[in-house]
Amino acid sequence: MRAAQVVNTLLLKEFVSAFFLAMRYFFAPKPTINYPFEKGPVSPRFRGEHALRRYPNGEERCIACKLCEAICPAQAITIEAGPRQNDGTRRTVRYDIDMVKCIYCGFCQEACPVDAIVEGPNFEFATETREELYFSKEKLLANGDRWEREIASNLAADAPYR
Amino acid sequence: MDFVTTALDYLLGIPFLGWGVQIGFIYKALALLVALLVFTAFILLADRKIWAAVQMRRGPNVVGPFGLLQSFADLLKFVFKEPIIPAGADKALFLLAPLLTATLALAGWAVVPVDNGWAMANINIGILYLLGISSLGVYGVIIGGWASNSKYPFFGSLRAAAQMVSYEVSIGLVIITVLLCVGSLNLNDIVVAQKEMGLAHMLGVPWLSFLNWFWIPLFPMFVIFYISALAETNRPPFDLAEGESELVAGFMTEYSASPYMLFMLGEYISILLMCAMTTVLFMGGWAAPIDLPPFTWIPGVIWFFIKLSLVFFMFAMAKSIVPRYRYDQLMRIGWKLFLPLSLVMVVIVAFVLKLTGWGWHGGIV
Repeated sequence: MRAAQVVNTLLLKEFVSAFFLAMRYFFAPKPTINYPFEKGPVSPRFRGEHALRRYPNGEERCIACKLCEAICPAQAITIEAGPRQNDGTRRTVRYDIDMVKCIYCGFCQEACPVDAIVEGPNFEFATETREELYFSKEKLLANGDRWEREIASNLAADAPYR
Repeated sequence: MDFVTTALDYLLGIPFLGWGVQIGFIYKALALLVALLVFTAFILLADRKIWAAVQMRRGPNVVGPFGLLQSFADLLKFVFKEPIIPAGADKALFLLAPLLTATLALAGWAVVPVDNGWAMANINIGILYLLGISSLGVYGVIIGGWASNSKYPFFGSLRAAAQMVSYEVSIGLVIITVLLCVGSLNLNDIVVAQKEMGLAHMLGVPWLSFLNWFWIPLFPMFVIFYISALAETNRPPFDLAEGESELVAGFMTEYSASPYMLFMLGEYISILLMCAMTTVLFMGGWAAPIDLPPFTWIPGVIWFFIKLSLVFFMFAMAKSIVPRYRYDQLMRIGWKLFLPLSLVMVVIVAFVLKLTGWGWHGGIV
């Protein structure tokens, strides 16, 4: 038994068999997704970059109820409410999300009574400076305009399970 | 003119051979340097690609087609980053260490014959020179680890020094067996000897020259040399000097930007040097594997680099399939297994050569 072990050691038996095993894997198809060029599937429930949505007629959904601000566990949301100049309806004057504080729990979109604040499917919003991650109302509305189609279809796809 | 030449004689300590020869040296040195650096860049990429492929990853594939330009992008990044020198470091030695490593690794290539007689310096004691240069390489590591003035680099450099010195011994003995067969310390002669004698000639099929090479008669030494070369260059599975699970990055912990790059460059060039030594000593250097027309049409340089790449492929495979050794195991293999084995082989080879009269008798020395 011991002699056999010595012979195996001297002949590098394990190394050679590991080499052939490695060569099999060497030519095996790679499971890696070639990320920036091809992307994996994203669930409709995916909680990514925030967006403020509008109604189809262009009116912003948010009514400044501040439920999202209240529920936010990271206290990342800051809202100031006030009557709007032209029609006197209650709207947000300021709607800021500190994306650095945000933990992407999705409570804000659960709390929202009008489906205004949602977490969209976008996860590629890395920035070069910290300041760029302090999202303002304009930025969030712009996100909403940009991702509305995906957000709407995701909400529709997930609606039966809610 | 005479004055200049005499002055140069004194300054360089070597006979002045005339301007043409002298400038020729410079051209040769530049050509070798550029070729080597470019080859190293691609070898670095190949290393990462092979490692990735074994782990079923893709490896770098964004910069250039198939990621071919990755190493050049890395070079740019290293050059443009800020070299940070720790406050407590010995500044001069800290910067000297990577330079030393890279320069010595490059200097070793001066005697490697990439084709028949194509060596920068075809000196009689080429193999001794190589052994000396690769032993000096340990100084870069020791100095770098000491000058960093920090614990991890110091431990890393101690480990690296002990490791490189131990495996130098078995490498030396392996080289002695080859020298016994060849009877010359000249690297070119070692290759010529592998062309002109060996198993293929004994079997009466001299055109099958890959049977001639020393890897068959000296197979155990070939394996020992391969493993020792891995240890000598601090490659995985013997990369304890920079084992990141224990020592962060060993002697390179405090290095950044271009000094770090020089360390890496030195490391990879000495790896290539070890591959080149394996090629010259055991795999017939620039000789074609089959001595028949379609193979002999390909120039020796290409054969040399094909074999070099093959050996490097084995280095990369060892990196990807063998887990890292423990330090006491490493020392045990070096001193308790390889040293006695190679000593016994030296004796056996000497006896066999003496008794049978085999060996090559056409060298310079």
